[in-house]
Amino acid sequence: MMLSGWGRYPVLNTSLHAPRSLSALQDAVRSERSLIARGNGRAYGDSAINPAATLETRHLNRMLAFDPANGQLIAEAGVLLGDVIAAFLRRGWFPLVTPGTKFVTLGGAVAADVHGKNHHKDGSFRSCVDWIDVMDATGDVTRCSRAEQPALFEHTLGGMGLTGVITQAAIRLQRVESAWIRQTTHPAANLKTAMDVFEANHQATYSVAWIDCLAGGADLGRSLVMLGEHARLEDLPHDRRRMPFDMPGKTKRTVPFDFPGFALNALAVRAFNALYYRMGSRRTGQRLVDIDTYFYPLDAILEWNRIYGRKGFAQFQCVLPLDASEAGLSALLEAISEEGAGSFLAVLKRFGAQDSAFSFPMEGYTLALDFPINTRTLRLLAELDRITLDHGGRFYLAKDSHMSAKTFSASDTRITAFRAQRQDSGWQDTFASAQSRRLSL
Amino acid sequence: MTKPPVLVLGARSDIGRATAHAFAALGHSIQLAARNAKTLDADRSDIALRHGVDVSLHEFDALEPASHVTFVDRLPELPDIAVCAVGLMEDQSHSERDPETALRVMRSNYEGPASILAVLANRFEERGHGTLVGISSVAGERGRATNYVYGSAKAGYTAFLSGLRNRLAKKGVHVVTVLPGFVATQMTEGMDLPKKLTAQPDEVASAITRAHLGRTDIIYVHRKWRLIMLLIRMMPERIFKKTAL
Repeated sequence: MMLSGWGRYPVLNTSLHAPRSLSALQDAVRSERSLIARGNGRAYGDSAINPAATLETRHLNRMLAFDPANGQLIAEAGVLLGDVIAAFLRRGWFPLVTPGTKFVTLGGAVAADVHGKNHHKDGSFRSCVDWIDVMDATGDVTRCSRAEQPALFEHTLGGMGLTGVITQAAIRLQRVESAWIRQTTHPAANLKTAMDVFEANHQATYSVAWIDCLAGGADLGRSLVMLGEHARLEDLPHDRRRMPFDMPGKTKRTVPFDFPGFALNALAVRAFNALYYRMGSRRTGQRLVDIDTYFYPLDAILEWNRIYGRKGFAQFQCVLPLDASEAGLSALLEAISEEGAGSFLAVLKRFGAQDSAFSFPMEGYTLALDFPINTRTLRLLAELDRITLDHGGRFYLAKDSHMSAKTFSASDTRITAFRAQRQDSGWQDTFASAQSRRLSL
Repeated sequence: MTKPPVLVLGARSDIGRATAHAFAALGHSIQLAARNAKTLDADRSDIALRHGVDVSLHEFDALEPASHVTFVDRLPELPDIAVCAVGLMEDQSHSERDPETALRVMRSNYEGPASILAVLANRFEERGHGTLVGISSVAGERGRATNYVYGSAKAGYTAFLSGLRNRLAKKGVHVVTVLPGFVATQMTEGMDLPKKLTAQPDEVASAITRAHLGRTDIIYVHRKWRLIMLLIRMMPERIFKKTAL
């Protein structure tokens, strides 16, 4: 069947398995010579498609045990982060690390070693993972952790499913007192100011900036930096304190059809961005927002990926080392602003230090953008790739759909070791995706 | 407070599983019944963890009608609601060539489900309340060349449920017939189903909980199916026999 990632590009033909039990999963793994596991299909490009065989784990989604003493949840890989929140937030628990959508599976979160708005403080998803069960090509399952089979553990986190099929994981949840976030918004007139806000607010639990990437000249990097803290009971208005985990009911909206390609033209995006900045600047200071609004604004619009039309869109996310961040980000933003290619959603975030085998984050600044697929975009992306490389940056594989093997190899010194590990462990023979082929992993 | 138990027969199926979750979310304790029940242990912990209700596992084989009375006797508590999600679809051409296959399809979709619901119906009638939910199929509304073995069993089952409802209507026992049209389950995997006419298992499940609460008799899940099936039923046989539906 035809399958794509969340960006709806590229679309590839694959044979899809959707096992309901561990033994059905084993049968599927044993019967295919080359395969990749797929969670809820939220990787943007071709990370979770193998044209030979793709193994969907979303039916393996049972929660197996929870220990309220330490917040450890053991669950099958197909459980969604949203399921975890639905079951545990009302009991006062929340994932320690969450990406910008809750529609990701635990397996996907491990494979991409996702990060959230608290990376500078709590690190990537890795920080909350106690152990992972990984199925090899023979169908055998190995439990790995920092102490047990550490090589498998380290390479599976951020390994994009290229070390085997993740079947279960034990993750830690954090205690929270409410379903609310105390949000503080700082408008920043340009990139330098935005970075200063990040640097001055390392103590903030959550921080992220929405950035107007069409603003140029003196306004280059104009942003709204949003800081957040889990609201404690005493932070809530009196009438909410009795039900601190109740959130206002929201209607889910669905994008009803593919927008025509011209809908998101530069003019519309420019207008939206300018308006958003003005509105945001007016709402500075502190206010309470519920967890869904704070962490998952786009989840409220189901199938939002359709606003880019039938041809789909490409995401771009890189991280630049701290000392090259200002120069690199300026160059990236100038290239985008000059091209007038409006990214609807551009996000800037300060990462903390991280040292891992193949995960994306490292200390510095990360910039995430999306563009509709067209020839101009592909040209721009190549230019952004080049600027990133020039500044010693690297790329997020969960977002990538277009990079060349050459660019990728030049971006990260860990690639050779990862490739060697894949060869030595025999993972390379069976576990591969369209992306890993494209990138010669 | 935990609400009275809901028995789910054929708990391994996608619709069975989704229905168990939907009732557990409303606060009901859950009895999961299937063959090799102990392999449902992950589902037991899953439902208990997510919804904070008690869940028990019960060995049940729809194709062993002789065991059905004992099965009900051995339940720790007679459930308030019983949902039968037992069913089997095989390739029609396979059923045409192999009588054993055809027979298994007939027994799994009619004999087994009707037998267990008959036992439960008597207990519910005696007690004076309860809801029985049978998952039948629009395929039972009219036999088609591509699926008539399955369809004929479902037709029998639909008639059985209708008769049961008629008999128990004045006895406080409610019977729901579910005719879900296409559902994205393991049974239909790999089929090229029209997205707008295909329900997800959790949509079927929430339609079932609503039918229980609202005491609805027959539900189609997606409303369009009501109209489609009306048209299909009305088509004169001399035209219908030449169609390829």
